[in-house]
Amino acid sequence: MILLDRVTKVYNRSNTALDRISLHIEPKEFVIIVGKSGAGKSSLLRLLTREERPSSGKIIIGGIDYDKLKDRDIPLLRRKIGVVFQDFKLLPQKTVFENVAFALEIVGYGNKEINHTVPRVLEIVGLTGKEKRMPMELSGGERQRVAIARAIVRQPKILIADEPTGNLDPKHAWDVIRVLEKINRYGTTVLLTTHNQDIVNRLKRRVVTISDGRIVSDRANAEYHSR
Amino acid sequence: MNNHSMITFMRIVKAGGQNFIRNATLAIAAIAVMVITLTIVLFSVVANATFGNTIKQITDKIDISVYLKDTVTDEQRNKLVSDLKSNGNVRAIDYVSKEQALEAYKKQNEGNLDLLLAISQTDNPLPASLQIKPNDPNKIDNIKTYLEKPEVKELQSDETSYSGDRKEAIDKISQATSFFQKAGLVGVVIFAMVSMLIIFNTIRMAIFNRRDELTIMRLLGASTGFIRGPFIVETVLYGIVAGIVSVTIVNGLFSVASTAFDASSLGLLDIKFASDYFARHFWTILGTQVGIGVLIGAASSLIATRRYLKFKSSK
Repeated sequence: MILLDRVTKVYNRSNTALDRISLHIEPKEFVIIVGKSGAGKSSLLRLLTREERPSSGKIIIGGIDYDKLKDRDIPLLRRKIGVVFQDFKLLPQKTVFENVAFALEIVGYGNKEINHTVPRVLEIVGLTGKEKRMPMELSGGERQRVAIARAIVRQPKILIADEPTGNLDPKHAWDVIRVLEKINRYGTTVLLTTHNQDIVNRLKRRVVTISDGRIVSDRANAEYHSR
Repeated sequence: MNNHSMITFMRIVKAGGQNFIRNATLAIAAIAVMVITLTIVLFSVVANATFGNTIKQITDKIDISVYLKDTVTDEQRNKLVSDLKSNGNVRAIDYVSKEQALEAYKKQNEGNLDLLLAISQTDNPLPASLQIKPNDPNKIDNIKTYLEKPEVKELQSDETSYSGDRKEAIDKISQATSFFQKAGLVGVVIFAMVSMLIIFNTIRMAIFNRRDELTIMRLLGASTGFIRGPFIVETVLYGIVAGIVSVTIVNGLFSVASTAFDASSLGLLDIKFASDYFARHFWTILGTQVGIGVLIGAASSLIATRRYLKFKSSK
């Protein structure tokens, strides 16, 4: 599903963010990427969503070879990958329903399909009844679940969650993690970055540890101790 | 257009309309400058047509009078007429006999008994004449050359009259018209550039204000057209509004002016003709104005979005 082969990303010639990263993720896997701030987690995710290009190395996701991807096809790629951010990135002037519907509007879904699909997705993330709220009226955890609903509404094969619990208190953080697990059970590959030790240890999933731009460990059912 | 892209198109139009309303203050500035530009365009067009009409009216009155000696025979006169008619620049020739000239003179001086008395005591001193109307009053030189040939000159009693003073007036109007045309064109170009710059800036600010939203759209995989479209719709709306406003303003000015001056003509500026011309071509003018507005708006937003919305992933 996701294949990285000796991917290197160098900023400004001297600052190496990622150093020969090789990673293989199977379909339907739930992978946690851990590492301190500045270790290279975010750089890695930006390469996967093609916000940036690697300096060298190969990336293949869902059969798409990034070397052969043209700029004008980037929107098509992004429609296949759901992304959730630490700061939610919701549209503040739109309601919960409209924020989720927006992901469908931009790819040309009809209003009928939108009215059919959005309530179902909001149900999955546990926001039924809050369709008409504005993002400002929601708690952090609820906002993040709106963002997840928006990311999965197009049924992507891959969901990338970049520190989705970073701004949340433990209770809300776990709400979000439960939703991610649920989505994974439905068959979506989930890629989660976090530096929350508690979450990593209790999830018992594959853990990839990045430090100074390199993968220092990659273990199934691992625990993680940041030092 | 299939159903899918129709929906997308409608959404782009809707988003553009929403932006237009949301950015009302920015929009007003852009529309105001566009209105000025379009009004100048409109004034140039109407003024051009009006001056053209004035010139045509005056040139219609221009003619060349050839006064004939009393000794000229019918035969000589007919030859003269046919020679002149073969000249390409002669539109028409009217023969005015001695008697007709006398009648016209009497009519002209009806109130002046002294003059009438003086003329009745002589044996009709007025010469017969040929009134030549040229096609192009600016090119009467070849007619002149013909009339000045010795054998033709010999038949004439007085100096030929070329409506000299009127010719001068016409030249002046022509010069003024071409000056106004040039000044209008320069004005149009300058204001079109200024309004493009202002629209350009408006769009840049709109992009800046909504950069978060645009980032989100891009991360969700919105296509370039979907992101760019609303901005273009927005400026096209500026163009439509500005076109209508400008035509409304000029329409108002004409209705005020034609009442104020009682539809009279103010020298060269024939207000009545101008407002008639405006009324006659109202829909064409409105269409053209809106069209120019749309063009300026679309061009500037295309450039602005191209410049400030980067669609490539950084290396």
